[in-house]
Amino acid sequence: MADDQTELLKTALHDLHVELGGKMVPFAGYDMPVQFPLGVKGEHLHTRAKAGLFDVSHMGQVRLTGEHRVAELEKLVPGDIAILKPGRTRYSAFTNDDGTILDDLMITNAGDSLFLVINAACKDDDIVHMRANLGDGVSLEEIDDRALMALQGPEAANVLARFAPAVTELKFMSFAELDIAGIACFVTRSGYTGEDGYEISVPNDRAEELARKLLGEDEVEAIGLGARDSLRLEAGLCLYGNDIDTTTTPVEGDLNWIINKRRRAEGGFKGADVILDQLEHGADRKRVGIKPEGKAPAREHTPILNTDGEEIGEITSGGFGPTVDAPIAMGYVAIEFAAPGTKVDLMVRGKARPAEVVELPFAPHRYFRG
Amino acid sequence: MAKKFSQEHEWIELEDGIATIGITDYAQQSLGDIVYVELPEIGKKLTKDGDAAVVESVKAASDVYAPLDGEVVEINEDLDVNPALVNEAPETDGWFFRMSLTDESQLDELMDEAAYKDFVEGL
Repeated sequence: MADDQTELLKTALHDLHVELGGKMVPFAGYDMPVQFPLGVKGEHLHTRAKAGLFDVSHMGQVRLTGEHRVAELEKLVPGDIAILKPGRTRYSAFTNDDGTILDDLMITNAGDSLFLVINAACKDDDIVHMRANLGDGVSLEEIDDRALMALQGPEAANVLARFAPAVTELKFMSFAELDIAGIACFVTRSGYTGEDGYEISVPNDRAEELARKLLGEDEVEAIGLGARDSLRLEAGLCLYGNDIDTTTTPVEGDLNWIINKRRRAEGGFKGADVILDQLEHGADRKRVGIKPEGKAPAREHTPILNTDGEEIGEITSGGFGPTVDAPIAMGYVAIEFAAPGTKVDLMVRGKARPAEVVELPFAPHRYFRG
Repeated sequence: MAKKFSQEHEWIELEDGIATIGITDYAQQSLGDIVYVELPEIGKKLTKDGDAAVVESVKAASDVYAPLDGEVVEINEDLDVNPALVNEAPETDGWFFRMSLTDESQLDELMDEAAYKDFVEGL
């Protein structure tokens, strides 16, 4: 145990988390706060009501430069990156030759470069994958001298505008290099809670100063990984490693929208043959929302049965949604059971419990689209 | 009888041969906001250290073990409507179930309040 503890990495905000009473747990190799004294439920509800500050510095930040960066990256993702204007951001995924998902990521056209944000648990593999597959004319820089924090919630824009008035002009999935309280930051109006908000990349040596300034505002509370998970689940957003991974394709994961029109026509990304075939003919299974009828949450790996008692799939993320005040889940079901309204049973502790396939998200998205 | 405590953070109170079981304040604090409690059925035979109930927070499900051998005679149905009672009043209104005991001498193996306090401080 002691050895594991000493080997955990720390973000630039680690000391602040401890000072704030964060309950620290190992996550993707980092010592991260799963919750603060407010508690998962309180933090979740606070973020939806006002604003929450999340440390997401464990995620990887990468910059791609070089004249062929767009064409080369497009070989690894199914999104249309060429169409992305400077200052615009897009959600995408690295696919592999089987058409399944190596990681999901955010891609920003930062003008002279592409700025990528990748998952903590995948970042080393992603970088190896990119270095191996991005051809000549692209150079990859791993940005390890910057922290990343997210300010999320309906008051996020009001709060951040006190330190950088220009942030109110950014629209959802837009990017700008801005000074926040005199600190040079990369700001994207995005996040993973379903709320309006920002992701802020800040130099490590100024990260704590900025976090303290934001937390000093009345509306802002520090939020841990527990509420980050319940917020993204209510928002119907995938957690890599649970809801999507190297066994699921974007089509199975109900992420058809990330395969943009030109790429559907042209292909040219890893696994395009599999993915384009599934787009045309359909996949055998699909990721759906699942709403248990009772009060018992159904956690990941809970078997999903049809009403005849036959197994038709599995829950991949499940828990309790504090905003909807009920258990919620996502999972994969055989395609004939994927229509909203389909009755299913969930096998929790040996007992079949009724549930229904529902549309995602559970809590409506409240992004600022201008 | 004064309350007894298990190393699994349950409290046990014996009255007229029936033991009331719940989880301690320490347990509810470490679990966080409780959103669901699955209680055993009345009449279920419980074995010391065997599964008795499940308590779910926003984040995770945790097992509650039977601190003694016996049979469930009553469950706290208020927890079905208001599981947060476990957070608000863990050692009173937030009790889980009542059981008849097979062997009252098993109570002697449990900790008294002072011993439990020392145990928790040592964690």
